[in-house]
Amino acid sequence: MGRAAEIARQIGWYFSKLSWYSATLMGDNHYRRYVEHRRHIHPGEEVVSEREYWRMRHAATESNPNPRCC
Amino acid sequence: MATPTAAPSERIEEQDGDVTYIRTDKDLPPVAIIDRSPITTRHKIIFAIIALVGAVAWAIIAFFRGETVNAVWFVIAAICTYVIGFRFYARLIEMKIVRPRDDTATPAELFENATDYMPTDRRVLFGHHFAAIAGAGPLVGPVLAMQMGYLPGTIWIIIGAVFAGCVQDYLMLSISVRRRGRSLGQMARDELGVIGGAAAIIGVLVIMVILLAVLALVVVGALAESPWGVFSIAMTIPIAIFMGVYLRFLRPGRVSEVSLIGVVLLLLAVISGGWVAETSWGADWFTLSKVALSWCIIIYGFAASVLPVWLLLAPRDYLSTFMKVGTIALLAIGILLARPIMEAPAISQFATKGTGPVFAGSLFPFLFITIACGALSGFHSLISSGTTPKLLEKESQMRLIGYGGMLTESFVAIMALITAAILNQHLYFVMNAPAAQTGATAQTAADYVNGLGLSGAPITGAEITQAAESVGEKSIVSRTGGAPTLAFGMSEVLHQVFGGESLKAFWYHFAIMFEALFILTTVDAGTRVARFMLSDGLSNLGSPLRKFKDPSWRVGAWTCSLIVVACWGGILLMGVTDPLGGINTLFPLFGIANQLLAAIALTLVTVVVIKRGLLKWAWIPGVPLLWDLTVTMTASWQKIFSADPKLGYWKQHGICQAAKEAGKTCLTAKTPADVDKIIRNTFIQGTLSIVFASLVVVVFVAGVIVALRAIRGGGKPLTEDEPVPSRLFAPSELIPTHAEKEVQKQWDALPKSHAKSVGTSAN
Repeated sequence: MGRAAEIARQIGWYFSKLSWYSATLMGDNHYRRYVEHRRHIHPGEEVVSEREYWRMRHAATESNPNPRCC
Repeated sequence: MATPTAAPSERIEEQDGDVTYIRTDKDLPPVAIIDRSPITTRHKIIFAIIALVGAVAWAIIAFFRGETVNAVWFVIAAICTYVIGFRFYARLIEMKIVRPRDDTATPAELFENATDYMPTDRRVLFGHHFAAIAGAGPLVGPVLAMQMGYLPGTIWIIIGAVFAGCVQDYLMLSISVRRRGRSLGQMARDELGVIGGAAAIIGVLVIMVILLAVLALVVVGALAESPWGVFSIAMTIPIAIFMGVYLRFLRPGRVSEVSLIGVVLLLLAVISGGWVAETSWGADWFTLSKVALSWCIIIYGFAASVLPVWLLLAPRDYLSTFMKVGTIALLAIGILLARPIMEAPAISQFATKGTGPVFAGSLFPFLFITIACGALSGFHSLISSGTTPKLLEKESQMRLIGYGGMLTESFVAIMALITAAILNQHLYFVMNAPAAQTGATAQTAADYVNGLGLSGAPITGAEITQAAESVGEKSIVSRTGGAPTLAFGMSEVLHQVFGGESLKAFWYHFAIMFEALFILTTVDAGTRVARFMLSDGLSNLGSPLRKFKDPSWRVGAWTCSLIVVACWGGILLMGVTDPLGGINTLFPLFGIANQLLAAIALTLVTVVVIKRGLLKWAWIPGVPLLWDLTVTMTASWQKIFSADPKLGYWKQHGICQAAKEAGKTCLTAKTPADVDKIIRNTFIQGTLSIVFASLVVVVFVAGVIVALRAIRGGGKPLTEDEPVPSRLFAPSELIPTHAEKEVQKQWDALPKSHAKSVGTSAN
């Protein structure tokens, strides 16, 4: 039993690593990060909603697109 | 490596044996570690074993003749060479040229706004950078280059990456990081002067246009007359729009979740494509000719560049990133499990004769031109000097991201080469020779390839038809462009490991969809990037055009998009209707364009190295630069001046011009209209060759002048920015060292306000 629990814990650990990687690569946690950043440099100020944050991000890409290579 | 001079007042160094810890604030843990400990005996032994295994693998690939060379040896030779290159050569470049300073803030730290500038975990940034640089180029180039046998391609992909491609990517990243993430064009203007800079910017723009055209041509070659392929690719558009709407209105920010849904939908689209293609309405609707398909892609490219990014571009990019990483991992596992055997010869008869049907010209210089992105890609310099510097945490991580990222791309190219080399060689030429030679039916194609003098048993028309049916296609004759061949090879590998014979057609269409997805993502993003370059360039011309600077001016955006799309769309249409075979004449132009862009990037890098007073080490970027210039200038010269009608654009032009006047046909033209097409196409291709080569010569000469001035001690100073002390720490190695782990613990123990933001730590 102990062994099975150990393996399950290991799998869980790998899974959490993988989901952290995917979240950081794709952008799932970028808003959380933005909120922390704003709180740190402008404490007490209102932070835009997640919806607004992504609108802002996409508006920025709109005029500054990322090239994709061949 | 820290230089002791110009240390800011707060800089505190602590020595502990061979390790130096640097603090920029006495109340904070160290921000940089300089580890001068010599290589341990254990490591010496490990690297010696890796080198030995690599040498054995290389010997087997190079000298073992017969039909039993296993693909696994290629993987081993590649990985061992990469490890040695990364550990020793990249380290040399780091110590002698880059000299990263981790006590200095990177642009990401300096301008952090948690939107476009943000320090990102090195492993994540590696994924980002790789997803941005890898595309269809390293997949298609090696497949076409297989015409010359597997050996020359393998050597160039691996050695070229270690000594040229990775060096370019790494050094480009390093100079951009020291210049607040400035772009290639801006840096060329700053370092090479106005003329060199302008030539570089125009060069980038025209090279981009030809790149987009040829990539679109590859997609057309893969999808024409294939209802299954067209259906699954067409479905990616509604899937992307669904993802865009989902992210915008339903669940903003859940990118992984929506990408996963997108991938599932994409798989469904590939599976249902098989059903749709079997119905009469499906075959009716989705069987498109090359010309019709080209128009679809042109309209799509235009739409994607003027529609809002959240609707189409961004979600497609997410899908493409997911698919890229997933499929490449899948292919690597497939090759290691299936361990296929090479069918191609080590060096084919076409390597020396230069009469191959896939592309004309002999091994030197056209092998290097054809492989392009897998070994050295000029296009990467746009990414190394664009997005990546704005996300980099520490200067010392550049080796992993710049050099390591390109090594991974080279590995992708090796896998593509393997998938082409394991195919029956008769079948390979059936798929890749232009229709003018194969006659476009199974029987004529069989007769043609049996006459090529290939090794192995001759092929019959029935076998060709059967091969086509096994992947759910009506015909595989003259499916040029490389993508169908790669897909065929991938289905060979993957069906052996996953799913068996019954899934072969699925894997083929999965591979086609995956390549087309990449390429269309490059096409839509590329059109947009080119549109901004164009409007930027136009706005610099003078007062009435200054309005183009404003990105929200819709008329300007539409005009520039139209111009860009018209340029690559025109070349695309020219390619698909070309009597000489389209991809065969245009792919060399693509390769030359990409390698010339590399020449521009390497010139810039070499100049910066010389300006920094590192003349002694200028050979590191200088030798690849000279090699690349020799290859591209020879290729351009042959394409412009060769008297061989298979090779020289102007020779073909002259022959057909004379034929037209005499009222006859020429080369592969069958009608007077074909003659006119060849006259027009060769004129455009010939002119483009001249333009590309001249622009690069201008940049190179500007570079030489600046470098000579710097050597004599005059000239303008470097435009590097003033260093600002860093206030964060991050490990530089892929696996943190003991010292790095210890320092990381100190940072993790700090109260939250000092700790790094969530994106940089793995919890």
